[in-house]
Amino acid sequence: MNFKTKILSGLPALAALVLLVGCERLPMDTAQIGYRGTGMEKVTNPRIVAAEAAKHVAPAPLDPVDGGGPRARDVYQNVQILGDLGIGEFNRLMVAMTQWIAPNESCGYCHNLANLADDSVYTKNTARRMLQMTWQINSDWKSHVADTGVTCYTCHRGQAVPAERWFADPPIRTAGRMLGNDNGQNKAGKASVVNSSLPFDPFTPFLLGSQEIRVTAKTALPTGHNVPIQQAEWTHGLMMHMSDGLGVGCVHCHNSRAFAQWDQSPPARITAWHGIRMVRDLNNQFMLPLTAGQPKNRLGPTGDIAKVNCATCHQGVNKPLNGASMVKAHPELMAAPKPAAKTSLLPAALIESAPAVR
Amino acid sequence: MPEYQNLFTQVRVEAPSYPGVPLERERDNRERLGSGSHIQLFALLGNAQIGPVYLGFTGIASILFFTLGFTLIGWNMLVQVDYSPIEFIRQLFWLSLDPPSPKYGLSFPPMNEGGWWMLSGLFITISILLWWVRTYRRARALGMGTHVAWAFAAAIWLYLVLGFIRPLLMGSWSEAVPFGIFSHLDWTTAFSLRYGNLFYNPFHMLSIVFLYGSVLLFAMHGATILAVSRYGGEREIEQIYDRGTASERAALFWRWTMGFNATMESIHRWAWWFAVLTCITGGIGILLTGTVVDNWYLWGVKHGVAPAYPEIWGPVPDPAAGR
Repeated sequence: MNFKTKILSGLPALAALVLLVGCERLPMDTAQIGYRGTGMEKVTNPRIVAAEAAKHVAPAPLDPVDGGGPRARDVYQNVQILGDLGIGEFNRLMVAMTQWIAPNESCGYCHNLANLADDSVYTKNTARRMLQMTWQINSDWKSHVADTGVTCYTCHRGQAVPAERWFADPPIRTAGRMLGNDNGQNKAGKASVVNSSLPFDPFTPFLLGSQEIRVTAKTALPTGHNVPIQQAEWTHGLMMHMSDGLGVGCVHCHNSRAFAQWDQSPPARITAWHGIRMVRDLNNQFMLPLTAGQPKNRLGPTGDIAKVNCATCHQGVNKPLNGASMVKAHPELMAAPKPAAKTSLLPAALIESAPAVR
Repeated sequence: MPEYQNLFTQVRVEAPSYPGVPLERERDNRERLGSGSHIQLFALLGNAQIGPVYLGFTGIASILFFTLGFTLIGWNMLVQVDYSPIEFIRQLFWLSLDPPSPKYGLSFPPMNEGGWWMLSGLFITISILLWWVRTYRRARALGMGTHVAWAFAAAIWLYLVLGFIRPLLMGSWSEAVPFGIFSHLDWTTAFSLRYGNLFYNPFHMLSIVFLYGSVLLFAMHGATILAVSRYGGEREIEQIYDRGTASERAALFWRWTMGFNATMESIHRWAWWFAVLTCITGGIGILLTGTVVDNWYLWGVKHGVAPAYPEIWGPVPDPAAGR
């Protein structure tokens, strides 16, 4: 072998090495989560986990206060939904919300400082609705959040607008042309589907609309289950988002040998199933109706409001804030005040006799 | 003696260009493009002589149709990135020309909603079939057997099942494979997800056996011949009927190590059938999916193919059941 051929022989090996630079460095941590030999393993990169650990630490709660004293509605004006709180509790919650959402902007982010009761600042109306959303999550969606619950901080993390949110994509420019239809997929660098070439807006059909997510046939032989293959790509796109948003692999919720079978799946799949319904509920019941009051810079390219997906709370970990329950220090966020105590134009007796809505 | 422990060809025969054997028909002799030139770099991997090339009607028509179909795909991709050459290269693996959406069934869709896919597919299919005719006829003209053409036909079978026969049976062109690098891989995943895990499809299993088997056989054969080339083992055709010490040593090696050996002739039959059966069984597996079997995992459970594992999480009921 002469020198030239030796050099040439080294080239393929060098090329193979260059291809490896995009990979994460070994070793990974692997934990078995299913029956042995089935490949049900949780794989994590300890270096990435360590680097991001600070992101998932819940801030220390404010000192507790006495719930007694005069009610907030009797001290302040225009306290529409928190009026039943004691004045100490009310002020403590306001301070906490400031720290959670607008630590730099302070009270003035939501309030007209000349008149705190004024409702003209759009963020105040938004915040009021968001408090009701928090109550709804903590009381009606225990199937997903269990007793851990959520607070404003679960999503906001010290920012006025949560870092993880989604907008509808503007319609593709090529749509009106004679050729070049990208079919809503096949684009590089789409974070929504983790840079895969899958349909890059899986949120609109599945997390805003209620399009069927399940695509796999339920019987061994054909019995009229006419779901096209292309539908499976949309579902796959949503699953890419969930996997990335929760920092887990497919096998966190599925047995990869039979993705569709519930009797093969880890129980986390049930939690996730309720999570999808919860996100749909939040987007439709709380986010969409807030669109009208938002300034232009808060809206997406098609004029839609920022919406919730799995990453909004989870931010890359299986349990948001690694399972810390911040709501325990804020029992006032657990559930909406009892209807009888609600500030209402209707006499209390009438409300109590009204049929239950849910 | 030359050594064979190198990636590149170690024996280079320097000789004047060889135009090829004289053939019976005048036009087979006439229609040869160029008299051949020598590129030494190519000698690292194969023969340094390039050409003569035979094009003929099928060759020219095939190249024409392929260029047309290929360009249509590329043009669609180029428009997807707004004619930006940089984006075209950056996103090349993501870009795709997709088949029509399911709502169009077997009808001809608008051009920008699958019409271009239909045309590209048609042109490329014509091109492939013409190229098959070419491999068949050139083999015949040279007085060869038609083994290459039939092996190629096996690959065409799989291609036609994926893009034509199965969509036809399913009643929708949307079932076909997109033209794109990642997108056709996405299609494969989606296909397996939709039909309950293709790994439980016995024809998929067979296809994998033959695919990996082909790889194994190719490695074994290549290694064997290189290893006995110092005894003239690379003269395989000669060794078939006049078994020399190269054959004897190679055969004894395999009998020693695994008790059985193929012969200088039969190893090529092994290789040909493994390669061909990869595509044939694969095509059958795809054809049965959706048409005859809707969920391969459940099919596997029904027929005792899919093993049952102990339940370790307790019951995980479908939350949507009974809603």
